[in-house]
Amino acid sequence: MAEEIIRSTQSGKVTMRLWRGDEEGGDFVEYVMPAQEGEVVLDVIHRVQATAAPDLACRWNCKAGKCGSCSAEINGRPSLMCMTRMDTLDTTVPVTVAPMRSFPILRDLVTDVSYNYEVAKRIPPLAPREKTADEVEAGGYRMAQIDVERSQEFRKCIECFLCQNVCHVTRDHEENKTAYAGPRYFIRSAELEMHPLDTNDRRQLLQEEQGLSMCNITKCCTEVCPEHIKITDNAIIPLKERVVDAKYDPVAWLGRKIRNRTKKTASEAAALAPAQGPAAVMPPGGVHGIPQPHSGGTTVVVEELVDVDVNVLSDVTETPDPTSPNNPNL
Amino acid sequence: MTTLEDATVTPVVLGGARGGPDTPTLRTDRYWVQPVITVVVLTSFVAYASWAAFVNRNYYAGKDLGRDLISPFYSPCLTASCVPGASHSPTISWWTISPALLILIFPLGFRMTCYYYRKAYYRSFWLAPPACAVSDAHGSYSGESRFPLILQNVHRYFFYFGLIFNVILTYDAILAFSQPGQGSGFGISVGTAVLCINATLLWLYSLSCHACRHLCGGGVKQFSKAPIRYKMWKFLTPLNGKHMLFAWMSLVFVAFTDLYIRLVASGTITDYGFHF
Repeated sequence: MAEEIIRSTQSGKVTMRLWRGDEEGGDFVEYVMPAQEGEVVLDVIHRVQATAAPDLACRWNCKAGKCGSCSAEINGRPSLMCMTRMDTLDTTVPVTVAPMRSFPILRDLVTDVSYNYEVAKRIPPLAPREKTADEVEAGGYRMAQIDVERSQEFRKCIECFLCQNVCHVTRDHEENKTAYAGPRYFIRSAELEMHPLDTNDRRQLLQEEQGLSMCNITKCCTEVCPEHIKITDNAIIPLKERVVDAKYDPVAWLGRKIRNRTKKTASEAAALAPAQGPAAVMPPGGVHGIPQPHSGGTTVVVEELVDVDVNVLSDVTETPDPTSPNNPNL
Repeated sequence: MTTLEDATVTPVVLGGARGGPDTPTLRTDRYWVQPVITVVVLTSFVAYASWAAFVNRNYYAGKDLGRDLISPFYSPCLTASCVPGASHSPTISWWTISPALLILIFPLGFRMTCYYYRKAYYRSFWLAPPACAVSDAHGSYSGESRFPLILQNVHRYFFYFGLIFNVILTYDAILAFSQPGQGSGFGISVGTAVLCINATLLWLYSLSCHACRHLCGGGVKQFSKAPIRYKMWKFLTPLNGKHMLFAWMSLVFVAFTDLYIRLVASGTITDYGFHF
């Protein structure tokens, strides 16, 4: 096989079998292109655009495997086109490139991934605990590195949606899309569930609304992840185990009662919330379907998780009250 | 105040037509090899284990052979039907059929609900899906959200039972160093090594279990407040990464262990070794 691939490359031709079409239908069209050493699939697609098919639609941006734009199915395997080297493919036969199967097609290799953004709206944001007196004085939360390192793995996600595309729960069963968040949003929930500041108990939501139990852990999401996030082992299975703690394990339930656990359920968190100040954060305008926090008190702005070292101030910062005498801007 | 209940009201917007080729898969590689191997190995194991459990003989190499070797399929031998010497504990008198049938429920349950084996048999037997980006073979799908698959959530209880069995099989491996009637009554044989390796692999399989990793530390919200559990979690995490490897190795070796002891007990082969 290796010799054939070398011979094919030496012959100087590569056949790209690209899907051309839109929501009305389409078919594969073959383009025979000169082979060039060191190319990735996206390079060849660009040369097809530049020569044989200027109207070929293809989404791309960084060409470095970091923007997550050029997701497609190359020889049937969900991959980033910019990270798939041509010399890893058998070019003695046509190289097939098709759009992601799970999402509505726009044109050719471009799909509409906005379904994922709708799912994202259903993930409750971070609901940080109140600051301690020390943290108030320091101006921000303090977190130990060992407390945030699990969540940091999930922050590597580039939202290429290859995992959402390959997951057979929705790939082969469109009807499940209304009841299943999918791997990308399970790692988002895991990131928050494991976050040392978050006070929400997300387990009931995961089980009853986000379809965690529909995942049958066949690990395809992990296999296709270009960031090599261990989605199944480090996010989905730990979440499933946390749901077992909450719902199916009377021993764990008893243990929590005996130890008087401090984690709050959604209802408890609401009932015990301080009279002033929100326990959760809304983006400007609020998340659709989620009420805005009451006005008054401290405004907390959650930016994004950044590398945090032991006892280094966190990414969660407080916006100073402009009228406060402690406001450094005064 | 935001509550999680509030977050559920946004419906997911569905719309647009899927495009692209309407074929079960575009994959051209031999994606079917792995499921086929899984079917062959698991089916062979189940067939062998069933036969070994029902045959109810040649599971113990005892004093007459100068050994104390018991098959892991029959340990602990708790029933009145156990052969003399195989049982080290009070027996259950009302159980008259093979003692293995009483025992194998627990390791079977542990492996059936194991997160790795679930992946393996959902892919290879249930074809849901047979491989990544290959259409699954079912018109509808509810995963593990309904009976009977919702019972997969009892995995941690089988894990607890599995630990008890590991202790017993470790005890059996220690007993395998005894060679009654031979010199000082203490020695080492191939059977000793087989039982020791078997117990080690079963410990590795159990300790690398996802439920074990969670129970030891994964469920902790703040590691900095639980340093011992953090250390346990940190120790178990690399083992967990090799769970698949340990799952297969321990499965094959436990069958091999039974086979070896069966051959020794039946006199087909000699358990070579030395004594002190």
